[in-house]
Amino acid sequence: MVTSGLQIYGAYAKFGERGGPYYVNPFQDREFPAWSRLGGWLAGALNWHFALMWGLFGVGLLYLCYMVASGEWRSLLFRRRDVRGAIQMQQYYLRLRKDHPPQGKHNPLQKLAYTLILVLGVLSVLTGFAIYKPVQFAWLTSLFGGFQAARYWHFWAVWIFVGFTVVHVILVFAVDPPSFRAMITGWYKGRFPSHD
Amino acid sequence: MTRSEQTPETPETPRTSRRGFLRLAAAAGTASLTAACKPLLDISRVNDWVGEKLLYSPSRLAREYASTERTVNVPSYFISRTLPMLKDPAAWRLRVDGLVRRPLDLSLDDLMRMPRTTYTVMHHCVEGWTAISTWHGVPVAAVAERCELLPAARYAHFKSFDSDYSNGWDLASAMHPQTILAYGRNDNPLAPSHGAPLRLYAPTKLGYKMTKYLVSLTFTDKRPGGFWEDQGYPWFAGI
Repeated sequence: MVTSGLQIYGAYAKFGERGGPYYVNPFQDREFPAWSRLGGWLAGALNWHFALMWGLFGVGLLYLCYMVASGEWRSLLFRRRDVRGAIQMQQYYLRLRKDHPPQGKHNPLQKLAYTLILVLGVLSVLTGFAIYKPVQFAWLTSLFGGFQAARYWHFWAVWIFVGFTVVHVILVFAVDPPSFRAMITGWYKGRFPSHD
Repeated sequence: MTRSEQTPETPETPRTSRRGFLRLAAAAGTASLTAACKPLLDISRVNDWVGEKLLYSPSRLAREYASTERTVNVPSYFISRTLPMLKDPAAWRLRVDGLVRRPLDLSLDDLMRMPRTTYTVMHHCVEGWTAISTWHGVPVAAVAERCELLPAARYAHFKSFDSDYSNGWDLASAMHPQTILAYGRNDNPLAPSHGAPLRLYAPTKLGYKMTKYLVSLTFTDKRPGGFWEDQGYPWFAGI
């Protein structure tokens, strides 16, 4: 999805109506390197993008259904009562606090990160709909501030997603390597207390 | 996909230009892509179906803007090597035929005497740019009524004198109240760069579906292809 998106971006490498003004964008009028693009040209990239969107949409729906049906959402969703714990956790990380605050499966800061990335996933899909059918979903497109604004947020959601994934995987190796296997196979065979 | 049977009407002289090279590169890339990615094109047809049958509303209107919101410079393009122009504009007629009871040859004056639609709308190009213009023309639905469309008609095929550029449309999109045969833009007659004397316009479609330099409108029961559509661009392209 990302690589075909980078190819699509190249067809009009800016955000804003013809003639401007354009949204702030360090990638304006620039092309991404060939190795990072999928599809060969605009039509190919569009076809890849609109084929893979079924995968993202389908897996996303399955995931949400599973989270709700299994009750797993309770250990993941950041709620109002996690605010205090999140502040304590942040204090611990900043060494303003000596002892690790008690936590469940995930600490409140993790919950915040995982909740935000879910919101971001939903936003990616919704901004996608907003620029895929801006007349049929005009209400959605205007919710994001219009077609070009929705394009802009669709683009930035990707970078946040990529950034999150990189940090996420680095932390997995740094903190609890066995959970990398768990991420792929679904089974955890490690000795990390909160994962038991 | 069926390739349109249209033959180029503009004799093309070989000339090396950036535009020509790009076109060649695109064609070469497409040929290999089309051969290699049949499943991808099949999924694209599924997406066409979803877009046409599930997401498209034949009555939902695209938002209109104030004429003060017009974009100053709206780009245009054509596929011929030189700007397509009529040798004898007075002799130009729009041929309306196919699954109709009364085939027509309409002059520009005939079209201008028919119900006139004017709107200021946002143009969405497949590349991602947008631009606002005012368009003046006659709804395709009014032409369909005048030629007495037969119930068997399911598609409309719009052909141009810009080489073999053409577009196939589903009937519901063609009959949309905002789908017009435009003879004017921004209070002026249509400029040759934007498809004079007559072009298709619809704010509910991507730009490449709006055939410029029109010569004929044929109603059929078989899905017609189109210039970009046959090269892999989505066929429905409704937005």
